[in-house]
Amino acid sequence: MKWFDYAVPQSLAETTHLLSTHPRARPLAGGTDLLVQLRSGAKVTGLVVDVKYVPELNDLSYAPTRGLTLGAAVPCCRIRSDQAVRQAYPALGEVASLLGGTQIQNRASIGGNLCNAAPSADSAPLLIVLRATCRLAGPVGTREIPVEDFCTGPGQSALQSGELLVSFHLPPPPSHFGACYLRFTPRNEMDIAVAGAGAGVELENGTFRSARIALSAVAPTPLFVREAGNWLAGKPANAESINTAAEIAKAAAKPITDMRGTAEYRRHLCAVLTRRALEAAVRRAKEARA
Amino acid sequence: MTHTLTRVRTTINGEAVEFLCEPRQSLLECLRDILGLTGTKEGCNDGNCGACTVIMDGRIVNSCLVLGVEVEGREIITIEGIAQGGRLHPLQRAFLEDMAVQCGFCTPGFIVAVKSLLDQDANPSEEQIRQWLANNLCRCTGYDKIIHAIRQAAAEMQEVKV
Ligand SMILES: Cc1cc2nc3c(=O)[nH]c(=O)nc-3n(C[C@@H](O)[C@@H](O)[C@H](O)COP(=O)(O)OP(=O)(O)OC[C@H]3O[C@@H](n4cnc5c(N)ncnc54)[C@H](O)[C@@H]3O)c2cc1C
Ligand code: FES
Ligand code: FES
Repeated sequence: MKWFDYAVPQSLAETTHLLSTHPRARPLAGGTDLLVQLRSGAKVTGLVVDVKYVPELNDLSYAPTRGLTLGAAVPCCRIRSDQAVRQAYPALGEVASLLGGTQIQNRASIGGNLCNAAPSADSAPLLIVLRATCRLAGPVGTREIPVEDFCTGPGQSALQSGELLVSFHLPPPPSHFGACYLRFTPRNEMDIAVAGAGAGVELENGTFRSARIALSAVAPTPLFVREAGNWLAGKPANAESINTAAEIAKAAAKPITDMRGTAEYRRHLCAVLTRRALEAAVRRAKEARA
Repeated sequence: MTHTLTRVRTTINGEAVEFLCEPRQSLLECLRDILGLTGTKEGCNDGNCGACTVIMDGRIVNSCLVLGVEVEGREIITIEGIAQGGRLHPLQRAFLEDMAVQCGFCTPGFIVAVKSLLDQDANPSEEQIRQWLANNLCRCTGYDKIIHAIRQAAAEMQEVKV
């Protein structure tokens, strides 16, 4: 690794100041992407800014009326074992248990997973179907954007220079809501998704009140397939509707062929995973308390 | 350009330790190259193999993916801190007796990782053990002997407690 300096700001103001006054500064959360990329030379920096001690980035709090605030630097191990997450957003706890293995989960954050902006980021489709928004802070103030607008290309995000991701906000789950993210990997653990699909559904008297579907690893960014969810709204929650939505998701995918799989195979996986994720989400929505 | 080293104060295996390092040096490099604690191994240096596993504030991490400067004020336990009072830990004995060690390169990482599991859950199932160890690779043993040794050690530790 090339020489860099290291700073540990204790406040948000100090952090945005450091990031905006050092053009090549990079935030460090769990380091599970950043340190690998600095070591390989894929990224360079003059200043590593450790954001783990900024209170806003460490917040993990839930209120039934307000929803969940998830600080960008909260490690997966904390999310996985949080009681409110397990009850209100079980699929989020599952994704936190899916990134890497134990050692990775003890360090890796969901904020870092999204900021790294890999098309395969496992947390992204789920955050999209949970209607998460991102709170960004920069030298000129804070702004909120929907999570589906955050990634703009492989490794590229909506963050402006000097800006950082502070936290996610997840609205409280509606009654009869269920969500699920599934991915396909040759190994069960410690592998990068060949394709992944997230589904979030709200049911009402046996029909879909609303639905959201998002895919990973089949486009330059995590892909929100808005039209698939819109199509489901008002349709009966049965196999026929689910299969049609899965075909819409498949048609929206723009995968590439690489060492993990061919484009054709990935398209096939999109349909299968979307169908299974929807089935699981529907099951959960039926079990959910009103 | 002159670069200044950073002073880091931390606790390693129960002892207060102070060292100087470059901000870019990993905890793994600091342990091995600065502090002479070479029990922790470097396999992949990118987070995949778990040979560099240490316990930081009660949680296992890959020391190749932690900066030395990040451990200021933290508590670290390495493989050197697992045996107590000159006696091998039951896990270490079981690994030896059950031949869960072949070349031995992965062994410190496995033992540190499992020590931390057994501290939380004295009687994990085989599935829990395997899941916990997804981030630890062994290219020699085929894992079965490792799992056997761990279950052996866990059983022995429970007997001692009763
Ligand atoms: C062995 C291994 C297995 C893995 N398995 C998976 C997997 O199964 N699925 C998966 O999706 N990922 C996987 N990953 C990658 C995953 O660990 C990372 O994406 C992780 O979630 C990133 O979080 P972090 O806290 O470690 O971020 P860091 O590495 O600290 O940061 C990641 C990037 O985001 C930037 N950044 C961090 N925080 C902020 C912020 N608050 N604001 C702005 N920018 C920020 C950093 O500058 C850097 O560019 C794996 C990684 C390894 C090493
Ligand atoms: S050397 Fe750290 S995980 Fe392989
Ligand atoms: S014993 Fe050789 S790698 Fe595990």
